[in-house]
Amino acid sequence: MYAQMIKSTGQNVKSPEEMDPQERAFQERVDAGEKIEPKDWMPEGYRRTLIRQIGQHAHSEIVGQLPEGNWITRAPTLERKAILLAKVQDEAGHGLYLYCAAETLGVSRDHLTRDLLSGKMKYSSIFNYPTLTWADMGAVGWLVDGAAIMNQVPLQRTSYGPYARAMVRICKEESFHQRQGFDIMMKMANGTEAQRKMAQDALNRFWYPSLMMFGPSDENSVHSAQNMAWKIKMNTNDELRQKFVDQTAPQAAFLGLTIPDEHLKWNEARGHYDFSEPDWDEFFDVLKGNGPCSADRMEARNRAWDEGAWVREGLLAHAEKKKARKVAAE
Amino acid sequence: MQNEWPLWEVFIRGQHGLSHRHVGSLHAADAEAAIRNARDVYTRRNEGVSIWVVEASAIAASSPDEKGPLYEPSNDKVYRHPTFYDIPDDAGAM
Amino acid sequence: MTDPLFEFLCRLGDNTLVLGHRVSEWCGVAPVLEEDIALANTALDLIGQTTMWLNLAGEVEGAGRDADALAFRRDVWDFRNLLLVEQPNGDFGQTMMRQFLFDAWHVLYLTELEKSSDARVAAIAEKSLKEARYHLDRASETVIGLGDGTEESNARMQAALDRLWPYVGEMFDSDAVDMDMVAKGIAPDPGTLRPGFDATVNPVLRKATLTRPESDFAHRGGRSGARHSEHLGHLLTQMQWLQRAYPDATW
Ligand SMILES: [Fe+2]
Ligand SMILES: [Fe+2]
Ligand SMILES: [Fe+2]
Repeated sequence: MYAQMIKSTGQNVKSPEEMDPQERAFQERVDAGEKIEPKDWMPEGYRRTLIRQIGQHAHSEIVGQLPEGNWITRAPTLERKAILLAKVQDEAGHGLYLYCAAETLGVSRDHLTRDLLSGKMKYSSIFNYPTLTWADMGAVGWLVDGAAIMNQVPLQRTSYGPYARAMVRICKEESFHQRQGFDIMMKMANGTEAQRKMAQDALNRFWYPSLMMFGPSDENSVHSAQNMAWKIKMNTNDELRQKFVDQTAPQAAFLGLTIPDEHLKWNEARGHYDFSEPDWDEFFDVLKGNGPCSADRMEARNRAWDEGAWVREGLLAHAEKKKARKVAAE
Repeated sequence: MQNEWPLWEVFIRGQHGLSHRHVGSLHAADAEAAIRNARDVYTRRNEGVSIWVVEASAIAASSPDEKGPLYEPSNDKVYRHPTFYDIPDDAGAM
Repeated sequence: MTDPLFEFLCRLGDNTLVLGHRVSEWCGVAPVLEEDIALANTALDLIGQTTMWLNLAGEVEGAGRDADALAFRRDVWDFRNLLLVEQPNGDFGQTMMRQFLFDAWHVLYLTELEKSSDARVAAIAEKSLKEARYHLDRASETVIGLGDGTEESNARMQAALDRLWPYVGEMFDSDAVDMDMVAKGIAPDPGTLRPGFDATVNPVLRKATLTRPESDFAHRGGRSGARHSEHLGHLLTQMQWLQRAYPDATW
């Protein structure tokens, strides 16, 4: 997902008897569906894990601007250009809201940014894939935003108040993202032969990377168990992946496109689609920084940050001068 | 980090007279810039809305009644209550 | 000779088209998130204005072309934008200086166009003016902040001003098209706007501790289409690629 493989405490979830009274009271509040607010007591592991998760989610939104930003100057009509620009701008907003949510946990946005730029913190694997044709703008909206929504909708109920509220705001904006992507796919799938070919090619390239967004199976992960107990993870990776496939397969059929999986087929007994797993070796390679665009993405973010330094410093220096002048005048 | 722009809390009142409500936060070098950024980030330039910004470090907040905190957030941080309110309908599409 | 009204509308629409395109190039790579979002708003406004101007141009022309046909299927010599707006983004300072100089002119021009004898022109101007005023406010404050910031930011802003100043003069040129618009009460003579421009720009430059270049030498050829810079062709190559490569497709 936008936050993949989030490490928690690395220990088994404590039973109520193993918890000290404070921890127990905290867990009871979480279990009762109460929101934890910034000034409330929280276990240190909860706080640290949240910073990792919200931070990684925020980084994904920001790096996620790049593959779609890649087509803003080449959008084929004025309306498509405006829609795509508004969409990518929304992602910047999502990053901003999420950094703010992380900041309530006592970490600064610049600190998180530096951790992203140094490679210490990760962002979603999906944004390390290239966008090669206009149909990719369709595929990204349809599949990538679609997969993100699967994960983000339940996160509106996450236990940490500022995170939950950020997700509410984000989800409201996300539904337009997926719809504009699907709209592009419809145009392409029903367009000229070349457009149809582009649409199929985009689906071919983005299908498995989209499945990877949910991360490898975490049925047996201690991290996952703890994060679910804390309600900062709401579903297992497999649950969400299955839900995504079940939702997407009929949509692909509607478009007249073929999902690149010969094993994809409705399983009446399970009430779900059967499908092939993505290549998890590729996933781990991408996480290690060996995605097709990993180096490009990091370079782009670093360049933007470095070349923007004089601007941030300049405006701050001006603000300080202004303040000093005001004090002097009083 | 030493050059980080301060954090501001943003409050917006829509056209039809409800009180200002907290909508979120952002970074800006000074108050004027914070208001402009708030217009761009949180109102998408809706007309007729009134914006307040408050430097986050200037906000005092009540403490929940818990003792012996393991994690005591530093005091120069704001402890926002609802950080991301839904903006009331009468403030228009935001 | 082409209809002067068509020509006039292309000038307006091409300015916002080309500038909107340039500003959109910042999406995802601005110096700070808040600026990234603000620049996208500016670009979105300009794209919206483009759609209105160029659709009206197509309507006036009566040859079945809409805004997209005009934006994506004309070549360099048919573009009528100011040379200023096709200049590359450079650093963030150059982008904001270009925006400021354009907005200072744009606000004045649109203010006059609100009184246009052509109701369609007046209506588009009215909507655009609200946006342009905000752009000008934001750009002015940024120019002031960076001019009066650090030594480095001041030097960069001065360099941006020096680099772009030779493109200011073209905004105040008048030709036969303008005279025709003046005669019909559709638009003002751009030449009359210079004092207002100076009154907007000078105080901002002063607050920004920037020195207004002494020479008012002006490059020309954008709004007439006679001689664009080399940059426009590259911009159009990118912008028009899909429409040119797949002429039968609809998007
Ligand atoms: Fe996203
Ligand atoms: Fe997003
Ligand atoms: Fe999205």
